[in-house]
Order: sequence, then C-alpha cells, then structure tokens
Amino acid sequence: MAAPLSVEVEFGGGAELLFDGVKKHQVTLPGQEEPWDIRNLLVWIKKNLLKERPELFIQGDSVRPGILVLINDADWELLGELDYQLQDQDSVLFISTLHGHQMGS
Amino acid sequence: MCQVGEDYGDPAPEAPLPPRPGRELKCVKCKEGLPTVVIRAGDAFCRDCFKAFYVHKFRAVLGKNRLIFPGEKVLLAWSGGPSSSSMVWQVLEGLSRDSAKRLRFVPGIVYVDEGAACGQSLEDRTKTLAEMKLILQTVGFPWHIVALEEVFSLPPSVLRCFAQEPAGTKGAYKAAVDSFLQQQHAPAPGEEQLSQSGTQDLQSPAVLPTAAQTEAQPPTAAQTEAQPPTAAQTEAQPPTAAQTEAQPPTAAQTEAQPPTAAQTEAQPPTAAQTAALFRLFDSVKTLTAKEELLQTLRTHLILHVARTHGYSKVMMGDSCTRLAIKLMTNLALGRGAFLAWDTGFSDERHGDVVVVRPMRDHTLKEVAFYNRLFAVPSVFTPAIDTKAPEKASIHRLMEAFMLRLQAQFPSVISTVYRTSEKLVKAPRDGSADGPPGTRCLLCTCTLDIDTADSATAFGAQTSHLSQTQPPTPPAEAPTTPCCSAAVGRAQGCCWGAGPCGRGDPRARVIEQLCYGCRVNMKDLPSLDPLPPYILTEAQLRSQRAWVLQEMQEYLVEDSDDEAQTGES
Repeated sequence: MAAPLSVEVEFGGGAELLFDGVKKHQVTLPGQEEPWDIRNLLVWIKKNLLKERPELFIQGDSVRPGILVLINDADWELLGELDYQLQDQDSVLFISTLHGHQMGS
Repeated sequence: MCQVGEDYGDPAPEAPLPPRPGRELKCVKCKEGLPTVVIRAGDAFCRDCFKAFYVHKFRAVLGKNRLIFPGEKVLLAWSGGPSSSSMVWQVLEGLSRDSAKRLRFVPGIVYVDEGAACGQSLEDRTKTLAEMKLILQTVGFPWHIVALEEVFSLPPSVLRCFAQEPAGTKGAYKAAVDSFLQQQHAPAPGEEQLSQSGTQDLQSPAVLPTAAQTEAQPPTAAQTEAQPPTAAQTEAQPPTAAQTEAQPPTAAQTEAQPPTAAQTEAQPPTAAQTAALFRLFDSVKTLTAKEELLQTLRTHLILHVARTHGYSKVMMGDSCTRLAIKLMTNLALGRGAFLAWDTGFSDERHGDVVVVRPMRDHTLKEVAFYNRLFAVPSVFTPAIDTKAPEKASIHRLMEAFMLRLQAQFPSVISTVYRTSEKLVKAPRDGSADGPPGTRCLLCTCTLDIDTADSATAFGAQTSHLSQTQPPTPPAEAPTTPCCSAAVGRAQGCCWGAGPCGRGDPRARVIEQLCYGCRVNMKDLPSLDPLPPYILTEAQLRSQRAWVLQEMQEYLVEDSDDEAQTGES
C-alpha cells in the first residue's frame, strides 16, 4: 500500500487551456495498492483535472505526441517515461509543442 | 540473409534487458554532469552542455550561411511563442558577448497582433499586448507592434519584388566584416551616421507609410542605413534615449516622436477594421485556407514593417520540427514548387528584404527545454486553430501525422528536415507562359502555372479556370476587339478594368496566383472582403499586362509584313 503523495503538476505551452487555463496544480494522490507511476498519474489527471477534449492531451495510455514531459525539470526519457515511480514532492511538467496549443513561429 | 524465423543458434538465455537510461547515466558531452535532456536518440546532455550546444547551433547557422552582414538591420519576427522567443533571447545573448564572439547586426523586433483573426476579445488582446510590451521592454531592442488589421491600409507595393543585386560572395562578406571592424575603431564618422538613421526612425513611425514612400525607398537605402555602427545601438538600453539627449531634437522630431523613438506602436485598430478582418476570416470556408490566408497577410505586414524601417533581413523563428511539418503540409497544399523558399534557411523572394530562419536547426523539444531551463519568457496567445480537432485542417492533420511517426521512429523529423536542406532554388525557366518573373499575387513566388500542360490534373485545374475566362493574352486572336467598334481601339474602352473578357475581378485575381494559392482561394467564396491592397495590385497588374499586350501587338505589326497590318 503506497502512501498518499503530494505532487505538483504543471502544464505549459498552451496545454493549460485544457485545464481551465490553470498552470500549476498542487495535488494529493490518494494512497493505493500499487505504487504511483506516470501511467497512473495520467489516468488520474484525465479523471480529476482534465476539463475538455481529453484526446488533445492523452492518446492511448500516454500523452499525445508533441507533448513533452519533465519530471523535476529533467526529461522523462531519462527516468523511464511511463514507468517512473513518483516520489513525494515530485514536480511533473507537461509542455505542449503543438501548434494549436501554441503559435508556430 | 535474415529471414523471419531463422534460427541463429542458441539465443542468449535470458539476456538482461539493456539498462534503462536512468539518472545514473552521465552527460555524453562532459561525462560528468547529471543528464537533463535527451536530444537525439540516446544522447543525454547535462544542463550546461545542453546550453552550450544550443547556443552554438544558433551561432553556427548564422556563421555558416554568412548572409547577415555586420551592422545590418535585422527584424526579428516575434509571435510570443517558444521558438521566436528563444530566437530573440539568442540574439540578446549574442549581442552581450565579448567582442570576438559578438553578433554584429542591429536587431529590432516586430510583433503582429493577430487577435482579431483568432476571435480574441478586445479585452484579451489588450491584456496580451501588455504582456508582450513587458517582455519587449526587458529585451530593450527597438520594437514595432502592428495589428493584423493594418493589412487594410497596406500599399499595393508590398506585393512587389524589389530586385536587388546578388547578395555578394564570401569575399564581400569578409570585406564587410573588415570594414566594420575598422569603423568600430574610428567612431567619429559613425556617430554622424547614427544620428541620420535615428532621424529616419523618428519620422517613419508616426505616419502610416504610403505607397509612394515605400516605393521611393530604394532597396539600397536599407543597406546604407544599416551601415552605422552597431556598438552604440545594440546596448541593452534603447539607443535613442541617449541620442535624443545628445542632440537637441528639432520641432519636427519631437512631434513625430513616439514613447522612445525606437518603438512604434500603431494606433489601436479601428472597430471598422476589426470588423472587416472578422468578416474576411469568417467568410473563409475551411480552417486550412484560414491558416494560409493568415500566414500570407502576416508575411505582407512584416515585410512592410521591414521595408518602411529599413530592415534588410527578417528573422523567423521556425524550428526544425515546425519546418519539417511545414514541408509536408505545403506539399499537400500544392506548394511543392516553392518548398525551397518556404522552408529553406533564406528566402529571397521579396528581393530587398530577405527572410532567414536561424532556428531551423533546433527541434521544438530543444526549444521547449531551453526555454524552461533558462527561463526564457514566452507568451501564450491562442492561435487560429487552438483546440481545433486533429483533422480540422491539413496543417493539423500533418502535424499529428508527423509527430506520431516521430514518436515511433525518432529520426523522421530530422530526415524530412534534412531533405528540405537539399532543395535547390532553381529559377523556373521560361516554360510558363507570361513574361519571365511573373509572380504570384499572394505568396510572391514565381508563378508555377503552366497552361500548356493540359494532360495533368494540374493542367485540368488551369484549363478549368480558362473556361471561366479567356486565358492570359489569347495569343491566337490578339486583335479581337474588346468593345464595340464604335470605340476607338487606341483609347482602350476597358482601360480601367482591363480587357472586357477579364472584367470579372475574381478571375482577374485568380489568374495571378500560383497553383497553391489558387486552390486556397477556392475556399473564399468572395474576394470582396480581402484587403484593398491585394485587389488594387491585381488590377494594376492586369492593366499592365493588358497594356503590354497591346504594345506587343504593335511591335508584331511593326516587324511583320504589310498583310497583317492591313488586317487590323
């Protein structure tokens, strides 16, 4: 049983538009059987934070291509991507590089 | 040969999976730092090495191409988005370096407020503008804010290409650098020039430049003006403040002087213009066409700002990712003939003002990481397609397609991008009809329409057009009277509107477009809401073509035998 976690979730590059325009969310993830990883976090975000058009943020069990994920300001590719196990006080940032979320030039 | 199911002998029993790259990895560059970002597949960089890599790439692109001369005025097209913001910051950094590595051009920034096209409320636009100005003030370059509505007061001349002598060889570049360095050591004449260019800056902003003004400005003017020493001008502080103090301003100058002379900000657009812009974008049937139209208008506006303020280069912040997507999108849009211009490092289609893309080696991922790690501010403004579904336009669809491919095959974007690098800008030789150098009214590329090519879908498109109106100079019947015999031919009854057959303004505009722009204009049911400069220039061009045709008739008659002369 994993203890509840306090995590900062942040959206940038226009992705915040799908979250009522709010960039920073301090969230508490409830304790659950399995440990919290990014895969679970995305499910949780979709259920609890995402306000509209989930397909513009999530595709399959991951983020839509073109959305970057930074965990504690480091590339998630260095940390196992979806399998990264969240620690208490981690910060997870999603930056959209998509054009609709952002102007091109 | 490798075959499916082929037995390669005993497979390594339970080979341990390659260790996942984790934080225990070291930076591939310095082998010490903690990696922060993965750039290409597997290349993990630490923060410091990433910064060095990023900055180097920017400078290398400029250095390699040697297009921007020392002291030249360069306009940075800034949208507030990540790439162009990063570009502005790179320039800022480059100018603050020690002398040997310092960038030597004179930058200015232009921001186009596109709120009206994106359906933003006036309140939101004001808020965005305030944010933009805050950043502009931090940067401290001279800046120009223009509203997209200003396309309604653009002069037709913005659509013309002002030929310029070839940019010069590498020798010329070197000579320019040398003379620049010499100038720096002898500041006295430089100062004189500085005040001159300053005066011009003071005069131009307040008044909306007329066609005459733009035309009057010879392309070389920009260059001579660009000569003054950068040293003083490029200090982080706007140069003009000090300048005004040093030199008592004349009455005329004070009158024309905006907040600080280096900054121009147009009057807020009138409600009528905003409404006209709304009407224009509202009338466009597809998002694809809207995006293209917006891009066209934006380019014209930036070009106009560059010309009226004597900038001879415009820097656009297109990233490698964006350019790869643009390349594929433009192929789909029928702009294949212009890929080299639309996506290359430099774009000389306008003649006197050259567009360069110094961010074209940076991927959007790099840009996003750099901006995040080094706190480069950018402003999010909703674009025309914000929150649009994935299939809403060709642009969106192509973006989703490319990014999804990239997610599975990490070298897709760079492969496409490298292809764009190899495209050569070959001038189209005289196979197309019309005089050489006929350019598309909207994108100002050399026309790719070939009416003779009727066997292809391309030709079919054109011949469909020619059914609605006679093709440009109907060569077979040059002497067809365009009006009743009562009117003398020499007077040209249709002087105002061109030959009768082409009185239809829509046909007149369409025939002056390249293939891609023609396709795009199909989604515009009426051309009336277009800004006047486009329609005026179309009319001017068709008049010119008609006059030219008339003249040619005489020339033919002149050189031909008497029988033909008698006919007419």
